[in-house]
Amino acid sequence: MDKQNTFLNWIDKRFPLASTWKAHFTEYYAPKNFNFWYFFGSLALLVLVNQLLTGIFLTMSYKPDADLAFASVEYIMRDVDFGWLIRYMHSTGASMFFVVVYLHMFRGMMYGSYRKPRELLWLIGMAIFFVLMSLAFTGYILPWGQMSYWGAQVIVSMFEAIPFIGETLHNWILGDFMLSDAALNRFFAYHVVTLPVLIVVLVFVHIIALHEVGSNNPDGIEIKENKNPQTKIPVDGIPFHPYYTVKDIFGVIAFLIVFCGIIFFAPEMGGYFLEDNNFIPADTLKTPDHIAPVWYFTPYYSMLRAVTINFLWIDAKLWGVFLMVAGVAVFCFLPWLDRSPVKSIRYKGPIFKTALTLFVISFFVLGWLGTQSPTPTLTLLAQIFTVVYFAFFVLMPWYSKIDKTKPEPKRVTK
Amino acid sequence: MADSFSINNEMSKRRKFLVAATSVAGGVASAAIATPFILSMMPSERAKAAGAPVEVDISKLEPGMLLMVEWRGRVVWILDRTPQMLETLKKLESQLADPNSEKNQQPDYAQNETRSIKPEILVVEGVCTHLGCSPVFRKDVAPEDLGPDWLGGFFCPCHGSKFDLAGRVYKNVPAPTNLSVPPHVYLSDNILLIGAESKESA
Amino acid sequence: MKKFKILLFALCWAPLIIFAAEPGMPLDKAPINQTDYEALQRGAETFVHYCLTCHGASFMRYNRHRDIGLDNEAEVLEKLILTGQKAGDLMLSAMRKKEGEEWFGVIPPDLSVIARSRGADWLYTYLRAFYRDESTVPGWNNLVFDRAAMPHVLYKLQGEQKLVVKTVDNKEVKSLKLAEPGTMTPSEYDQFVADLVNYLVYLSEPAANDRKQLGIIVIVFLLGMLGLTYVLYQEYWKDIH
Repeated sequence: MDKQNTFLNWIDKRFPLASTWKAHFTEYYAPKNFNFWYFFGSLALLVLVNQLLTGIFLTMSYKPDADLAFASVEYIMRDVDFGWLIRYMHSTGASMFFVVVYLHMFRGMMYGSYRKPRELLWLIGMAIFFVLMSLAFTGYILPWGQMSYWGAQVIVSMFEAIPFIGETLHNWILGDFMLSDAALNRFFAYHVVTLPVLIVVLVFVHIIALHEVGSNNPDGIEIKENKNPQTKIPVDGIPFHPYYTVKDIFGVIAFLIVFCGIIFFAPEMGGYFLEDNNFIPADTLKTPDHIAPVWYFTPYYSMLRAVTINFLWIDAKLWGVFLMVAGVAVFCFLPWLDRSPVKSIRYKGPIFKTALTLFVISFFVLGWLGTQSPTPTLTLLAQIFTVVYFAFFVLMPWYSKIDKTKPEPKRVTK
Repeated sequence: MADSFSINNEMSKRRKFLVAATSVAGGVASAAIATPFILSMMPSERAKAAGAPVEVDISKLEPGMLLMVEWRGRVVWILDRTPQMLETLKKLESQLADPNSEKNQQPDYAQNETRSIKPEILVVEGVCTHLGCSPVFRKDVAPEDLGPDWLGGFFCPCHGSKFDLAGRVYKNVPAPTNLSVPPHVYLSDNILLIGAESKESA
Repeated sequence: MKKFKILLFALCWAPLIIFAAEPGMPLDKAPINQTDYEALQRGAETFVHYCLTCHGASFMRYNRHRDIGLDNEAEVLEKLILTGQKAGDLMLSAMRKKEGEEWFGVIPPDLSVIARSRGADWLYTYLRAFYRDESTVPGWNNLVFDRAAMPHVLYKLQGEQKLVVKTVDNKEVKSLKLAEPGTMTPSEYDQFVADLVNYLVYLSEPAANDRKQLGIIVIVFLLGMLGLTYVLYQEYWKDIH
């Protein structure tokens, strides 16, 4: 014991080990009333580690070359010992990353975690979400199957919609006049170097910002406003370690059961996590009958397709692109759109609850529509639900103000 | 107002036990997760297929001639030694570090005077046991650069290690051991299989 | 509030429940069994004899068939290797790509992962749905793949089928009739194709059986850990009041 202390002292004189541990674990006080929805932050971190680790090992055998990429993925699946496991961990991890992040964001929307003083925390989170989408997009290209190729083709073509510079920009992004080996090579560079570094830095910043303002909770009240006068510890706060570490470990195991269930028994997840057509090597001359992005992009993809009319002097294609980008970016404005006197859905009124439910329904309907081939009925449906989706945000300053709220309690409830 | 928690400084027995049990289970899980990652770095099926035993037809090999074959990305020498060459082996023994091939650098069937199955045919990896350069076959006797005592052998240009015509290393050179003899077998008189000791174990 | 949460959580998984129905011919369910090694071996031999001439399985190695019980190299050589390749070699097609393009108009696709892109049921139906059609270049057509470039390689076994079109409720209903029997009875031929498709499914993911076996061990271990960590969590949370 003494030797251990001497060693730790030696370290501490040179590196703030004990104080960091205290500040972020044993003396970081989190509200004691976290519920089910508060597992997803730590789970997102777990999936990130999974992606980084499996990604490094995949890089050892993958070849970013249009002629070799598809075969190198199958080489990993067959010739590399346990390559199939590492690849499925990575492909399942990609989808589960979005599952976890969407639930994490939804938690924030329910309990008003984006509200003052957590606006910046929310914006950093949004930045992570953008980087995550870029990672998913660049990663999906790498197997160089039909869906990789044509999905990327569609997304990159959107840049052509930008007036004046569109075509030049498109060619600059691809390093060619069409999607080719050059683009595969550079997307590989983004996917394995640029974006992972960025996401790790942003996650670090996200946690630092969280620990500065403190965690929100299902009651949406600030536990820091009610401290024990002697200890200066929030009366509703408990040390993150050991209480939330043991709880999160339990959450991690529960999550791993679902995660491993998919990896080992349904790695394609019915074509949602790994699409059938992506087992056909990219053919630059033949578009598959039906292309749809992976499920986590389909809500935005539906918005892109929903615009069919030229409006003002701007054509439909550009409006579609604009809506799609707006569909993602609009979350950034939440801290300033919500004018409700209370944060949590527990004390918000029926209008907000209805609005949030409609938003969730529209998100799922748009997501489902994005996987379907467009027909006139489905396009109409997409248009309706795109309007519902945006109405949730655009009308929020108005409905959140007039909604009948309940008074917030002084202390957190169970 | 009291805090919402009361930390027990003294951990109860039950708590200690549970922490220990979870740590052990976590340790087992970590080891189990590490295993596939570590194994994935072993030679793949492609590498194994490329490193499969090589069949060599030596019917065209003439006395004194050296044939080079690739096996697992390494060069394997097949040298048909003339009677004069075989005579040099005995003469050099005093200058060699391990004349009787006592160090484990060859299969049992090649641990003999000529380090080979058939006395005249030497099969040896052309990889210097010092740092992996490929030595040069110097069959010229007493050349200027190697001195008047040179009776023919292999000379490594990287760091000057010398080997005789059975791949045995000289004394006082950087290379520590004799050249290594790969597993090999004669499938017939003229067909040599390098890399395995039988067709089945390939 | 509680109900609202349950509803929201249920909705999260909704897209996984809704499946897209593919248009076109209804497909027959392929009667396959990935643990029947004998059937898989029969399928493998069929594949090597009938398919490998034109199609490759260029991601698969011959010696990989140890998965399905061919763990002796001599056996692999005898049953599967017809052209003097080595056991560790990839199952490449004997035909050159150029030739394929000249003969069929398209390069016959590699079949390594065909069962993952097409699905077992499609393959099972497709291989039984060829019929005589003199209007096409190969002289054959297919009910599930109109104007397929592939001729009916197995017609000697199946015989020749003819297309029968009936009109029911103003809708065209297409079916096939055996016009000239082949060397196999229809049920023998179905079994033959089922074995081949079974093998194609194995071929598309040789590690699948290992994957499921390992999965059971992992899940059982995790369930144990779930119990343990739950008790640990409850033990610590006794402190919270």
